[in-house]
Amino acid sequence: MKNIVVRFCGDSGDGMQLTGNLFAQLGAELGHEISTLPDFPAEIRAPQGTLGGVSGFQVELGSEVYTPGDKADVIVAMNAAALKVCTLGSHFNHPQAHYDEQFSLYHRHAIVIVDTDSLTDKDLEKALYHTDNPFTELDIPESVQIVPVPLTTLTKEALKESGMDNKSMLKSRNMFAFGLICWLFDEPMDKAIHLLEDKFKKKPALVAPNTKVMVDGYNYGQNLALSIHQIHLDGAPSEAHGTYTSIAGNRATAFGLIAAAEKAGKHLFLGSYPITPATDILHELAARKDMNVMAIQAEDEIAGVCTAIGAAFAGDLACTTTSGPGLSLKSEAIGLAVMAELPLVVVDVQRGGPSTGLPTKTEQTDLLQALYGRNGECPAVVLAASSSANCFDFAYEACKIALENMTPVILLTDTYLANGTALWRIPKLADLPAIHPQSVPEELKGKYNPALRDERGVRYWAFPGMEGYEHRNIGLERDAERGTISTNPENHEVMVRARQAKIAQVADRIPELKVQGNASSDTLLVGWGSTEGHLHASANELNCALAQFNYICPLPKNTREVLSQYKRIIVCELNTGQFAAYLRAQFPELPIEQYNEIQGQPFAVERIVEYASK
Amino acid sequence: MQASDFKSDQYVRFCPGCGDHAICMALQKAMAQIGIPTHQIAVVSGIGCSSRMPHYLNTYGFNTIHGRGGAVATGVKTSHPELTVWQMSGDGDCFAIGGNHFIHEIRRNVDLNVCVFNNRIYGLTKGQYSPTSPKGFVSKSSPFGTAERPFVPAQLVLGAGGTFFARTLDVDMPTTVDCLVAAKEHKGCSIVECLVNCVIFNNGTHAWIADREQRAEHSIILKHGEKMIFGKDNDKGLAVEIDPVTFVPKMIVVPADDPRVLVHDAHQPDPTLHRLLGLMGQERFTDVSDQTEASDLPVALGVIRSVEAETYDHAVNQQIADVREKAKAKNFDELTATLESWTM
Repeated sequence: MKNIVVRFCGDSGDGMQLTGNLFAQLGAELGHEISTLPDFPAEIRAPQGTLGGVSGFQVELGSEVYTPGDKADVIVAMNAAALKVCTLGSHFNHPQAHYDEQFSLYHRHAIVIVDTDSLTDKDLEKALYHTDNPFTELDIPESVQIVPVPLTTLTKEALKESGMDNKSMLKSRNMFAFGLICWLFDEPMDKAIHLLEDKFKKKPALVAPNTKVMVDGYNYGQNLALSIHQIHLDGAPSEAHGTYTSIAGNRATAFGLIAAAEKAGKHLFLGSYPITPATDILHELAARKDMNVMAIQAEDEIAGVCTAIGAAFAGDLACTTTSGPGLSLKSEAIGLAVMAELPLVVVDVQRGGPSTGLPTKTEQTDLLQALYGRNGECPAVVLAASSSANCFDFAYEACKIALENMTPVILLTDTYLANGTALWRIPKLADLPAIHPQSVPEELKGKYNPALRDERGVRYWAFPGMEGYEHRNIGLERDAERGTISTNPENHEVMVRARQAKIAQVADRIPELKVQGNASSDTLLVGWGSTEGHLHASANELNCALAQFNYICPLPKNTREVLSQYKRIIVCELNTGQFAAYLRAQFPELPIEQYNEIQGQPFAVERIVEYASK
Repeated sequence: MQASDFKSDQYVRFCPGCGDHAICMALQKAMAQIGIPTHQIAVVSGIGCSSRMPHYLNTYGFNTIHGRGGAVATGVKTSHPELTVWQMSGDGDCFAIGGNHFIHEIRRNVDLNVCVFNNRIYGLTKGQYSPTSPKGFVSKSSPFGTAERPFVPAQLVLGAGGTFFARTLDVDMPTTVDCLVAAKEHKGCSIVECLVNCVIFNNGTHAWIADREQRAEHSIILKHGEKMIFGKDNDKGLAVEIDPVTFVPKMIVVPADDPRVLVHDAHQPDPTLHRLLGLMGQERFTDVSDQTEASDLPVALGVIRSVEAETYDHAVNQQIADVREKAKAKNFDELTATLESWTM
């Protein structure tokens, strides 16, 4: 087989995220491409065994992996609730729902491994079953291969001589499942053992019991060999040579900021406030004092951005990280950075909205907020990362653009990218593009004011500590010549246009839009940000073209030229058509069609293909 | 250095007669006395009459947005502890819209020098009541009088764990300069409540102590290590009396030669006495219709509290330095080399 999709599914406390991550990492180390989708409830610990507490982790591995997969080929269901959620998908709450391939999280030829020890009457009651046979009640088709495994009993059996108490033993059930899945895909045990040793290196006492359970799980698979066949993944990895790791989007974002600061010779300052799903960037940077990173957990979202603006005023590479509700709170201060013309990187890890919305789900609904959500004519650069790994590249690019153009840059990622992992080819700092922070020429010493601009229209950056460049920066309108407060009507227009022109000229410094797939097709899929994997796979199936945007404002200079070559332009987004509206406003002559999903989940390739085939 | 070195070329636009003029001059004098060069000073403000101050000082300045001066100043000072950072704010900017940043800069003890211009009114929006307006205060936004109790800034600062609190009056230039210099010398978040008159919308708000004839009787200038003596003939002193039943301590006025007269200890870590001193006379500004409780205690001016404690900016930078000293990976390439990785 070329690609395979596995979903680990269990109670929030069953360690499904850990198991899924281990399996993905093992796959990556063996040379497969990977893409992962953690899917967990907003509650930290919902009542055990209930439908609300089911936590899932899906991974696709193989060659040419663009997404974590629409539906699973293999399911590991650790309890009755997980079995129900996987089988019914989004319909799990409907009292009379049956397996329906349209909604189920696995397809009708999938392998479903179930812990039969977790299907007691009590378990079934907690998961709201009405009968004592979950398989018939859910009407799982016969084509699905159900593999009943007494996981709990076997785990206890494996650990019976360990002297561990019952509760501790049960915590290792996920490792039995992991071992079993390793056998299913014929993954070598020695690498898996090494991975476990690394994972538990801070808790060495856990290495031996977990390894024992995992190996027993693997061996149990060999006993099963009569009933199911091992799956062999083929196809050489398509990535170029290099050193790789698997990385989650939030970590990649943090690394991008760190790399940019070092390259630019600037001190990295982060002002942030905890918010799902962006908090991991704060965690990552708070731990990186060794990299000379100053990460401040501020008293609120506004203080997060305002401390960063203070650091930018004082000459640092300043960032703030947040999600949609936090971006709303920061909007006035982002306007200040626009007005004061200071470099600032704002990372918005989008989640389902509005208001508190769906904090742990993914959505692309902050685009118009990023573009327009501020008072006054308030242009800023807007970028979007399109894979967990390239969160690194676009965080780096956001810093470069901010420092070189004295402007806030809003980087949009989302839950899907932030928590998902992908293969990342580790770059060397020397190979990354140079960053030249805007500086002030020596000859302006004693004559400096904050309105002075270079030939590109970018104002010069002088900051406290520099003798002879003392000045007052403001959020009030400033005189275009002297840099002091001005309420002059003509001056205001000059300044509004100067700020717009400064953002527009960034288009001279970014790459042109490139079409992927079959460029000579009549149909062009258009996407932006995190949907690239799904749209790329869809374009491959449709044999059509794809234009995926990472640069939203300004758009690449050849955007009109590219789009106008296609008869059918379908803008696909996880919102109700924000990018489509943005493109229509700029290219009213183009026939822009839109395809939208708003269920807090990534696209499914099959749905896009179905729509576009119409 | 001279006060004129700290004057910018900007025309000062406070209303004629506004108390902010006096604080502006006091700041220039204090900065000259302190002697830090202009390029090593950043003055950050929010929005309001007081927040125009950076424009009139020949230092680095940043006139930001309403209420956020404290957060911006925290960013400047924490990222660059070598700078001297001042924050200019008013009773609306600091105690209302910026209240959260205000209590947190105090709680963290960021080494900032914060001047809060308290005129008990919103001036720049033309006359609405503020969080320090007394209950019942009639203004454009409270035509029938306010229905809310005011903050006593001293109490707010001490409640947030403040390490420095001083109070001064626009018409008392020497005390103002002393307080500003002391604020700079104190390492930590130094709050200076500047009582200023708004001639347009709240004229005479501090008249009880600002009137020349009454000032000596109605106020006391506290100095660390000196006896708490006041009155135009220096005939009155302050002492503490503890209620024998409730054990509640209160300040009382006694003759200057009474042995109970207290010596001011601004460095005392326990804030009990500082709170009593800070609250003296504040009941006069609590409720316009109820002055029955008003005591004969004077309003305390000068440095009421100044204690040493670790500053946030220092602690944050020290932690980074400590971690870096022991760190194996110190740059991006070394960091990525520590990741679990494989070569293809």
